[in-house]
Amino acid sequence: MNNLIVKSTPSATGPASTKVSASRSWLGLLGAATCFIWLLVAIFGPWLAPHPVGEVVSDNIFDVMGMAHPFGTDYLGRDMLSRVLVGARFTVGLALISAVLASGLGTTCALLSVVAPKWLDEVISRLMDAFISIPSKMLALIMVSAFGSSVVLLICTAVLSFSPGAFRIARSLAVNIEALEYVQVARTRGERRMYIACVEILPNMLNPVLTDLGLRFGFIVLLLSGMSFLGLGVQPPDADLGSLVRENIGGLNQGAPALVIPALAIGTLTIGVNLFIDRISSRRSRRSGGH
Amino acid sequence: MNSNTLWLICRRFGAAILTLLIVSMVVFAITAVLPGDAAQQSLGQFATPEQVAALRLKLGLDQPGVVRYLHWLMNLVSGDLGTSVSSAMPVSELMAGRVPNTMMLAAVTALVSVPVALTLGIGSAMGRGGRVDSVLSFITLALVAVPEFLVATLAVLVFAVNLGWLSALSYASDITSPWQFMRTYALPVMTLCFVIVAQMARMTRAAVIDQLDSPYVEMARLKGVSPMRIVLRHALPNAIGPIANAVALSLSYLLGGVVIVETIFNYPGIASLMVDAVTNRDMALVQACTMLFCTAYLVLVLLADLCAILSNPRLRTQ
Repeated sequence: MNNLIVKSTPSATGPASTKVSASRSWLGLLGAATCFIWLLVAIFGPWLAPHPVGEVVSDNIFDVMGMAHPFGTDYLGRDMLSRVLVGARFTVGLALISAVLASGLGTTCALLSVVAPKWLDEVISRLMDAFISIPSKMLALIMVSAFGSSVVLLICTAVLSFSPGAFRIARSLAVNIEALEYVQVARTRGERRMYIACVEILPNMLNPVLTDLGLRFGFIVLLLSGMSFLGLGVQPPDADLGSLVRENIGGLNQGAPALVIPALAIGTLTIGVNLFIDRISSRRSRRSGGH
Repeated sequence: MNSNTLWLICRRFGAAILTLLIVSMVVFAITAVLPGDAAQQSLGQFATPEQVAALRLKLGLDQPGVVRYLHWLMNLVSGDLGTSVSSAMPVSELMAGRVPNTMMLAAVTALVSVPVALTLGIGSAMGRGGRVDSVLSFITLALVAVPEFLVATLAVLVFAVNLGWLSALSYASDITSPWQFMRTYALPVMTLCFVIVAQMARMTRAAVIDQLDSPYVEMARLKGVSPMRIVLRHALPNAIGPIANAVALSLSYLLGGVVIVETIFNYPGIASLMVDAVTNRDMALVQACTMLFCTAYLVLVLLADLCAILSNPRLRTQ
């Protein structure tokens, strides 16, 4: 799935007319705002929650939205607003940690493979190729079947399945930069490999790497909430947004907000990230004169 | 096709088989070697050392990991997938009952999604910059990021709960009429299609636009060829490689989506079998299902690459 991301994002926009780019920037702003709001929720959510997250506060299960419980109640009669506010921290937090680690690992390996001897480059590349050929959900499923589910394991899984994609992108960027004159000059000057990687190459590829990190964040949110939805992700009593969808699936027949709200929450988060990232990358490709 | 292309294709096949081997090593390492002593785990902590040793001998755990891996690989290749612990049935038998269902689901999804996606992609490339294009761009961009269970939940809410057209649960057995077939498959297929269509349409649009920006299309436009003809006669044949590539890659995305969709709709396919196996920690079954999915994934990626190689005229002719 990782190579899908790579191929679907760039150059999807043509030389757009001003009208399109205006609507695009508006959507990008919307995406950025959504991301920002979810970040705030993840940081401050648990303090804003009106009720303790595990407390049964109502006799009505799958209650509809109302004054007392803005998002209704869940299958045990717990306040849904509180559960979403707390669950968002798990979803955003776990995905953010995993995305940063995955991108970091991928970029480090990429820099290493560019400045290191040829054989090391070959070894790293082969290893990454093998991991990219295991679909992320499959890798997550076998990891959980072997080790049982825990927060640490989920992070490890996400890093394992998403760093190869980051590695590919970072490596292709680094290879291009490494061929430029100023890197050659630095090498002739006798700089050490570490210096070339960290001071000459890394700063010049930081922007696309960060964009890629954003994309990966979105896909990790999808992976982790998918696992939680299957009951193999974040384990009770903790619950991320995916677990909230799972535990309230019984309310499907009534169209309970307890089921719809967390599902929509994940949707807005990932769509927001995608709109934001699309905006950033299309602006960059226009500035750099690409199509 | 020249020898150069043939060589390229052979190398690609070789790389695919090598990758599959490495994948099998990774799968075996994660499921059988890293978790520790399976005999101790299955007997619990109160087992006597003699019992554990006996079971280890019986399971072949006394041998080093490499030997066990080779043994497992040989069995896998010869079709002996082991026995499922939770249902005490041969894994191959369990899987044989489920594979056709998943194939059916995937086939119907592909049949529906490919034409829709190509139409959308080509259409929005033709009306590039227009209102239809920007709306489609937004919708596909949003849908790419939507989790399957959101689509599934909303679809069930609308079509099964509110409108009452379809049943929320699907069973692949006892289908007698086309109408019943529709009712069974509509929701799972629709859910799977959403994300894939979006993915494929975006890539198709990019591929066609890439061609539309090229000098020969500009030339055709200057000599007064109609827009329809430009796209269908000039751009499309040249974009067929990237498009086929996009289709194969998008279909490989199915493998992830099908896990969620089969679970949510209780569809008796191979992915729901695998999720149950993971929940029960039924290792032989997990390994076999994983290898099946990874092989399918590699085949699709291989197909995508072959399409890209074969459609490149520089590689096709001398």
